[in-house]
Amino acid sequence: MCGIVGIYLKSKKFENDLGKMLSGMLINMESRGPDSAGFAIYKKEKKDELKYSICINNLPFEKFKKDISKKIKLTKILKNSDHVILSSKEKLKKVLNILNEFKGVSLVGFGKSIEIFKQIGNPKEVVKKFNLENFSGTHGIGHTRMATESAITTDGSHPYSTGSDECLVHNGSLSNHNNLRRNLTKKGVNFSSENDTEVAAGYISNHLSNKKNLKETLKKGLSDLDGFYTFITGTRKGFAIVRDEIACKPAVVAETKYYVAIASEFQAMAHLPGVNMAKIFEPEPGIVYSWGS
Amino acid sequence: MKLDLTKLKLRKVNETLQSIDPKKNNKNYTILNPEGNHAICAGLIDDIDVTVKGHVGYYCGGMNQNANITVEGNVGTGVAENMMSGKIHVKGNASQSAGATAHGGFLLIDGDASSRCGISMKGIDIVVKGSVGHMSAFMAQSGNLVVCGDAGEALGDSLYETDIYIKGKVKSLGADCIEKKMDNKHLKKLDKLLKKAKLDKLKSKDFKRYGSARKLYNFKIDNVSSY
Repeated sequence: MCGIVGIYLKSKKFENDLGKMLSGMLINMESRGPDSAGFAIYKKEKKDELKYSICINNLPFEKFKKDISKKIKLTKILKNSDHVILSSKEKLKKVLNILNEFKGVSLVGFGKSIEIFKQIGNPKEVVKKFNLENFSGTHGIGHTRMATESAITTDGSHPYSTGSDECLVHNGSLSNHNNLRRNLTKKGVNFSSENDTEVAAGYISNHLSNKKNLKETLKKGLSDLDGFYTFITGTRKGFAIVRDEIACKPAVVAETKYYVAIASEFQAMAHLPGVNMAKIFEPEPGIVYSWGS
Repeated sequence: MKLDLTKLKLRKVNETLQSIDPKKNNKNYTILNPEGNHAICAGLIDDIDVTVKGHVGYYCGGMNQNANITVEGNVGTGVAENMMSGKIHVKGNASQSAGATAHGGFLLIDGDASSRCGISMKGIDIVVKGSVGHMSAFMAQSGNLVVCGDAGEALGDSLYETDIYIKGKVKSLGADCIEKKMDNKHLKKLDKLLKKAKLDKLKSKDFKRYGSARKLYNFKIDNVSSY
């Protein structure tokens, strides 16, 4: 199963409530995914600075802070439960190499505006643990997982991020992910898990890095990605949903003057302000719906 | 009688509606704040009127017998699934598999219905004022599916004896589904269904009829060696 949710703000009105809105959506999707949960939030970006979302697991924060400060010049480091948001002006490649060598931690995402948190456990516990309610931002995406393709681990949790400010959540399962993973690895895309969704995320990153826009990328994906899927994907300024041609995996979109909300089921968004007056529709199979750029 | 789902548990609401005392004679119920919950009004057996004020989740009115249910909003997957009799009126859009496997009764959808509308229907009459998605009336066995808008891909795939009436365009027909002649008997039947849906202004002659070519499901002695 799995539950996917996303919200994209069309105006500034609800920026301070974004975390609250997304948190309710995730909790309401517990019935579709009780094993793990995660979310990505897009915040205002800072010039020349990159943020890295890192899961430090059981490593004591102070030790991590001390050790990482010796290797990377940090502008900021913030702890949020077992995740750390690290900001730095250093070159991306250098930071990625250092984090790669760091034992016991895993990078869950990076970019100018994205922050990603994901962990095993019930969605209610996960959103509470990371205080999602207090987040503000422009758009956000979340996932509640019922594990089928791979084990219940942090690495197996969504969202997946394989490129700067990119993230993907998925309801469904891909059938050609091993082949695609091999092809993408040859093209230089790195994968950290055996999960099928990470392959789709890598596929999108690869196309976006070749200057294709999100809509074009997802359109191409319809013929290259084989399996069942409803994807919600985010970039720094963009937000999109696509369902495979068979459309077995559900999705509903609610659009108002102020926001676009997407979820696996309407009950995920029943608490959103003004949702009963929203334009509500089911995205058609094989059609890419996108907002922003 | 008002039943508010923010105050009452869904199970309590359904239990109330499933165990009506006919002597009390309270036949009108309103469900408030459905908030997308699943299985609202499932398994009703009495001749009562229920109005749901808002959007509902999956399997609304499933297995219905006799009740007259109106949803003032959208419905999720499988509205009226396995309905036996009664009426369900959806004022918004319906998600996939509306009226799936239903044996009888009347399902009216004011908006669109998405994929697999009327899948495996077994006697229900479905009228959709808008359009239906792909694979509608898949393996449909009997009853009528009326669509005032368009139909998606593979309409009536592997169809048995359901009659399909479409006013708009059909993207493609499924295996063993063909356009059939609309004779007087069918025009009359369609007129009756349109009247029931309060769509008297529409003319039955503007619709096209589709049904089974009967090549797929009939046993053919020539194929005996394949079994």
